[in-house]
Amino acid sequence: MIAEFPPGLLLIGGAVLVPFLKGNLRSAYSLILPLLGILQLTTFEPGSFGAMAAFGFEQTHVRIDKLSLLFGYIFYIAAVLGVLFAWHNDDALEKSTALVYVGAAIGATFAGDLITLFFYWELAAIAAVFLIWAARTDRSFRAGFRCLLIYMVSGVLLLSGAAMYANATGSVAFNNIGLESPGGIFILLAFGIKCAFPLLHNWLQDGYPEASVTGTVFLSAFTTKLAVYALARGFAGTEVLIWIGVAMTAFPIFYAVIENDLRRVLAYSLNNQLGFMVAGVGIGSALAINGAVSHAFAHIIYKALLFMTMGAVLFRTGTAKGSELGGLYKTMPWTTGFCIVGGASISAFPLFSGFVTKSMILTAVAEEGYVIPFLVLLFASAGVFHHSGIKIPFFAFFAHDSGKRPKEAPFNMLLAMGLAAFLCIAIGVYPQPLYALLPFPVDYAPYTTTHVVTTLQLLVFSGLAFAVLQRTGLYPPELRSTVLDFDFSYRWLAPRIIGWIMALGGRAWTAMTGGVLLLLNGLIARIFRTHGPHGILARTWPTGSMALWAAALLALSLAFYFQ
Amino acid sequence: MTETRPNDHAPEKDGGKRYWLDDMRNVYKLFWALVVLCGLLLLSDAFYEKHVVFEFEHWFGFFGLFGFFVSFALVLTARELRKILMRGEDYYDR
Repeated sequence: MIAEFPPGLLLIGGAVLVPFLKGNLRSAYSLILPLLGILQLTTFEPGSFGAMAAFGFEQTHVRIDKLSLLFGYIFYIAAVLGVLFAWHNDDALEKSTALVYVGAAIGATFAGDLITLFFYWELAAIAAVFLIWAARTDRSFRAGFRCLLIYMVSGVLLLSGAAMYANATGSVAFNNIGLESPGGIFILLAFGIKCAFPLLHNWLQDGYPEASVTGTVFLSAFTTKLAVYALARGFAGTEVLIWIGVAMTAFPIFYAVIENDLRRVLAYSLNNQLGFMVAGVGIGSALAINGAVSHAFAHIIYKALLFMTMGAVLFRTGTAKGSELGGLYKTMPWTTGFCIVGGASISAFPLFSGFVTKSMILTAVAEEGYVIPFLVLLFASAGVFHHSGIKIPFFAFFAHDSGKRPKEAPFNMLLAMGLAAFLCIAIGVYPQPLYALLPFPVDYAPYTTTHVVTTLQLLVFSGLAFAVLQRTGLYPPELRSTVLDFDFSYRWLAPRIIGWIMALGGRAWTAMTGGVLLLLNGLIARIFRTHGPHGILARTWPTGSMALWAAALLALSLAFYFQ
Repeated sequence: MTETRPNDHAPEKDGGKRYWLDDMRNVYKLFWALVVLCGLLLLSDAFYEKHVVFEFEHWFGFFGLFGFFVSFALVLTARELRKILMRGEDYYDR
């Protein structure tokens, strides 16, 4: 029976029971659901089920192929890691919302048509916002609202794009859409918002760091990678994505260098990593798509690991700000080690997961002859090592001693981090099982002398640059600050412009109503002058004069009548 | 350079425990080890046949020097960007 049950609904339906459980039982239950999900996926054969007709279109609730299976597996793995990390946190709202969120992302992954996709897409968006709100702070409430507004725009674009597409093609099947299709641009933008395209990206850096210690770990895995999946399914080989992806890899790293909140630094580096995947999708060759989706797979694990280590630091010290941390390796050695593994993986060091996946994308970009994108991706690779591989561990655990001596992270957190770190190394050392899951047959060897040596050169010299900048005091110190990004436009500029327009409109209104009042007052005054109690028309005339006038008129009419 | 000096306000409760990295001499040792490693990696370009696509990738030490200079430029540019983009921590909450 489990074989024909929609995989997303397993978690969404299961979440209903979460509020009725307590403590360890609640956590264990939340862990069993994704494990059952993994079990279910192992029984899946390529094909589809859950066909139905609604709104006059054929829909496919569940479509199973290698692409959807790969994302299904990694989403469940991320859920297992997230639940383990959050084991101690007995918050019913966060636990049940997280399960709905994971379930919605998985449902969307297996959706075979745009209507089903839209349904899960919106559910995932709403669940993500509740997950941010579950931090229950004023800042998280505001940030969650901003995310909600932006997510809704994505939903509206997806729905309108799907409607145009269905209207023109007569089908809502979710396969390769492309920019040329009617509604294609709307669907691409809908995916682009969730994938944090440049200028559409700020909800990510704004919202994710405001969630709770455990909530951010969940958030980091799903929304953006679901968008990468959707792009790989609908827009593989769309050339503009290469340039969008390249821009995405480059510009967040400048922010990552100067941002102080280390969880926000990780959000910027998440954005940068998405750029590699988007560029791979844009290239669209078998190697590039394999690279993009395998990079998403590896990325979900090491990014969750990095957010877990910074979450553990926040949990123990109450802050994740670089300016207030430092020297924590002395009392949190395990967390330090796991953070370094995460940093090495995101930086794509040989023997770590990022290396065996990202190098596929770089090779594909080079093979297709894109020189400038190749150089920018190389720059971004050095940059990501700089801010995620070095800056994060350095300022949190080493650098100047903050004097903080927190306890090591609790056991459940260490277990989750250890498991994630193990997977990072396992994929890096032995990538074949991951390669076997990829949508296209893999004819690629990551461990060639050229790959290993050139990567090490790039990274170690980048590390040397960091060391030299530190020694010469040129490296910008961590400062308590806000760094203005594109959200400036809607958090500062737009409210002021609207305020200015309102004030101007108010003045115009006052002026206009004032002018009209003046005119009316004048008119009334004139009428009053003639018709008022003392007006000329209001004077009492003597009755005699009226009789005289009446006599005169009668005489006049008589004279005319008898002529 | 103050932000790189370790242990500058270690707490009393630590019992004055000194870790290996608390000694700046050890930090310098690590730095020079990194320099040596870079030198070796640079030289290794002479000992294998590079299988790459673009002409510039064949240049001796291209990846190392590229990595060093772009990282340097990245940090210095970001430092300058602070002058334009950095505001107080409560900027949006005021």
